[in-house]
Amino acid sequence: MPSKDFLRKLPQTSYSLQKKPGWLNFIHLDWPLLLLLIILCAVGLLVLYSASGENISMLYRQLTHMGIGFLVMLVVAQIGPHHYRRWSPWLTMFGIILLVAVLVMGAGAKGAQRWLAIPGLPRFQPSELMKLALPMVLAWYYADRHLPPRLKHLFWGMVFIIVPALLIVKQPDLGTAILIAASGFFVLLFAGIRWRLVFGFASVAAACIPVFWMLMKEYQKQRVLTFLDPERDPLGAGWNIIQSQTAIGSGGLYGRGWLEGTQSHLDFLPESHTDFIIAVLAEEFGFIGVLGLLALYFLVVTRCLFIATNADNTYGRLLAGSLSLTFFFYIFVNIGMVSGILPVVGLPLPLISYGGTSIVTLFVGFGLLMSIQTHKKLLPR
Amino acid sequence: MDNQDLKDFYGETRVFSRRAWVFLLVLFCLTLLLVARMFYLQVVNFDRYSTLSDKNRLLLQAVPPNRGLIYDSNGILLAENKASHSLNLTIEHIKDVKQTISQLAEIVELSERNRENFSKRMLQHRRPYQSVPIKYHLTEEDIARIAVNSYRLPGVSVAAQLVRSYPQQELTAHVLGYVGRINEKELTQIDSANYSGTTSIGKLGIEKFYENELHGHVGFRKVEINARGRVLKVLDKAAPLPGDDVTLYLDVNLQRAAAEALGDHRGAVVAIDIQTGGVLALVSNPAFDPNLFVTGIDTKTYSSLRDSPDLPLFNRALRGQYPPGSTMKPFVALAGLEYGYTDWQHTIFDPGWYQLTKEGRHYRDWKKWGHGRVNLETAIVRSCDTFFYEMAHHMDIDLIHELLAQFGFGQNTALDLAEGRKGVLPSSVWKKNTLGESWYTGDSLNVSIGQGYMLTTPLQLATATAVLANRGKWVQPRLIKSWGVGEVVSEDVVGSVKGHNLKVPKDMLLRDQMHWERMIQAMQKVVHDRNGTARRVAKGIKYKMAGKTGTAQVIGIKQDEEYDEENTAERNKDHGLFIAFAPVKEPKIAIAVIVENGGGGSSSAAPVARKVLDTYFLRDSA
Repeated sequence: MPSKDFLRKLPQTSYSLQKKPGWLNFIHLDWPLLLLLIILCAVGLLVLYSASGENISMLYRQLTHMGIGFLVMLVVAQIGPHHYRRWSPWLTMFGIILLVAVLVMGAGAKGAQRWLAIPGLPRFQPSELMKLALPMVLAWYYADRHLPPRLKHLFWGMVFIIVPALLIVKQPDLGTAILIAASGFFVLLFAGIRWRLVFGFASVAAACIPVFWMLMKEYQKQRVLTFLDPERDPLGAGWNIIQSQTAIGSGGLYGRGWLEGTQSHLDFLPESHTDFIIAVLAEEFGFIGVLGLLALYFLVVTRCLFIATNADNTYGRLLAGSLSLTFFFYIFVNIGMVSGILPVVGLPLPLISYGGTSIVTLFVGFGLLMSIQTHKKLLPR
Repeated sequence: MDNQDLKDFYGETRVFSRRAWVFLLVLFCLTLLLVARMFYLQVVNFDRYSTLSDKNRLLLQAVPPNRGLIYDSNGILLAENKASHSLNLTIEHIKDVKQTISQLAEIVELSERNRENFSKRMLQHRRPYQSVPIKYHLTEEDIARIAVNSYRLPGVSVAAQLVRSYPQQELTAHVLGYVGRINEKELTQIDSANYSGTTSIGKLGIEKFYENELHGHVGFRKVEINARGRVLKVLDKAAPLPGDDVTLYLDVNLQRAAAEALGDHRGAVVAIDIQTGGVLALVSNPAFDPNLFVTGIDTKTYSSLRDSPDLPLFNRALRGQYPPGSTMKPFVALAGLEYGYTDWQHTIFDPGWYQLTKEGRHYRDWKKWGHGRVNLETAIVRSCDTFFYEMAHHMDIDLIHELLAQFGFGQNTALDLAEGRKGVLPSSVWKKNTLGESWYTGDSLNVSIGQGYMLTTPLQLATATAVLANRGKWVQPRLIKSWGVGEVVSEDVVGSVKGHNLKVPKDMLLRDQMHWERMIQAMQKVVHDRNGTARRVAKGIKYKMAGKTGTAQVIGIKQDEEYDEENTAERNKDHGLFIAFAPVKEPKIAIAVIVENGGGGSSSAAPVARKVLDTYFLRDSA
């Protein structure tokens, strides 16, 4: 190990040495991220109040979700990343068992089996667990291996990704499967997989689209067809996307004003408080509002990537990198879908859409990031 | 761990940092992509989407105007608007449409046709949550039953709309006509904006003639609705302008008296107020219930009306063209007097027939053995044909035509009875044009007693009688008295509103106005003289009336069915006619009656006229 490299690392570390650890550091919270999250949650509640038709009890429930999320984040942040690293493979095995269990005995909602009802525990979706477990296990796997990964390791990495993804596709929940596969793939990207391999995979995937098409369920095909041409079925499958674009477009530059959106308040916009909530924001706060939200999100992702680059071990940086990109992936897919540049897949908008599971999962993710950021071992003395 | 697998931590860090920067750049670009998309939707296409959004939530609803009411001259309602209820289904609220329909069928009667029409309407384009009617005209009982069961019939609703109703039913059918559903042809003619909320339109009679005025002007409501189509608030509205009410000269009491007097006989009665020209009664018997047509008549009922041998749909008063028979004589006589072909002193001997030449055929008088020596007055009183044969023999038909035309024969002179037919007032030109033959003197003989080519409608007869009673001053037949309860509307106003150029005869000035008085005196004797043909109706009469009987031969009418001898015989009987006016001094009302196959006018038609006039004067004295 050349000593030059050792020295080069020093100034950066000395920076963190010089920084006075504030009380937030003491309880292992990253204050810039925390601040951004609080602002996002506030915006989310504001929009949700309007989107839910001024339903105050829904607002309280969402507030409860967020409160639980914060608590969980706080707890997760207290535990050092080396513990998570150790638990990673077991957590993944547990998650896969649960996924299998869902397929065998899961409870259905809207024709899909996603929920697992274990007596004594609240109903939850094992796929939520997988969203975190998959990047964790891949980070664990590559942390000890030579990077950039060799082909053999890449192969096993792909197996790690494909097994849970297939199990979730089976539920069927294409959106989550893609999201989880993406989060795994992001680990590979950060691990240094060669670009030509990436593009090679991409072209093979493109070539597989026809095969994929044949394997898709009818409703999934409908979604894609409707995405390509919403006018095909304006009162049926195309209704959502036409109405959401109408809501967004009619917001204009400054929006109609809070609680003044007609598309959502007159129920033209379906799923206005969950997946399509960005349309409510766009209608009521206009282009300026959307710009503000995107700026907030971009800041969050930037902060997360900063945490990733500053992590002091491979496990931490791979996990943090993957979580950052996944968070952005969520946002991009959701807004892309609602604004009509991506097909409709059921993904909520992080921290804005109503829903307990997704919020708690997100906060666990942020908890992990904070844990990585605040448990750095100072340089060996 | 193998040696070759030894980790190069600093190499990793370099790669990681580089990639983190690349990803940040990519994420920034993707965010810009989202921003661009939003900019495209919200700024570039703002107008388009804001229009779409408004189109979603804003609905311009046409509010149909209430159709003007129609009153008779006493203020009795002849046409009104009543609430009618329809049964509607909102599909979005119904889980199983078939099951709901079969549930409904247990509560209200649903015909096969109801169901078919419903399926058809379901296929038409509609907004989500827009309800679809399955049955119209719910009875009170239906509505109650649906209300009781509504808890187990989600998505089922009852809606009300105003529907035209004719409380006098058959009595005024041929006067008012009726409204019906707007058909394809009418759709191309009407102002579609003004009719956007209207489903029916005047099809016949007054309802058709005054359609524009009765209809009124459409209003609108700009409402905000939600996705389920429920109206949340009214943003803007303009009240519809209700149609004008119309008051007619028609007198329902007189109308009823006339209809009752006709009884089961086929026939027509037209009574005209001489001062105003207002049509006081216009009866065509048998009639039909116009209410059947308002929301669509079913095929079975319609064909039974259409195919009835009594022709209830046929408006005899306006469109029935009958040979006027001897009722023509006073008018023909006035022509003879005016042009100097006869005078009150001239007498002839009537042997019961007339010959144009010595060897010629006999033109028979109705009285086989003749009337003996008669002058013009007795020829009118006893209705002597031969006197008229002799006069017409020497007279040019075109002179008769000229004078008779001034009484309104041969044209429809009515102001607002557009369906009236012209009848036939023959002339030499007419015969040349229609039959391609020249006029024969024999034709004139037939015309002089109201037979041959001559055809008149009951309305024309009544009008001519009124003109005669008015001493030649034109009496304009018309139904409308005023808009609402306003002032009497002038003929010019109606003419300009309707944009039609009514050609009516000018007032007549005879060379000797005394002819009017002598003729009226003669016609009075028809009723009041012991030799008068209508002397029997004078029994117990409290006022003086002048009249003229007529009998029109029904020849050339093909026998319907040979086996039905009684019926055939009945249908071959002569038509009885009677024209009259009263009181003789200062005449107020003129009347024309025709009783199809009633036999002689004196026995069948005159009593009808008497009853109507009695009613009229009874009302007047009361």
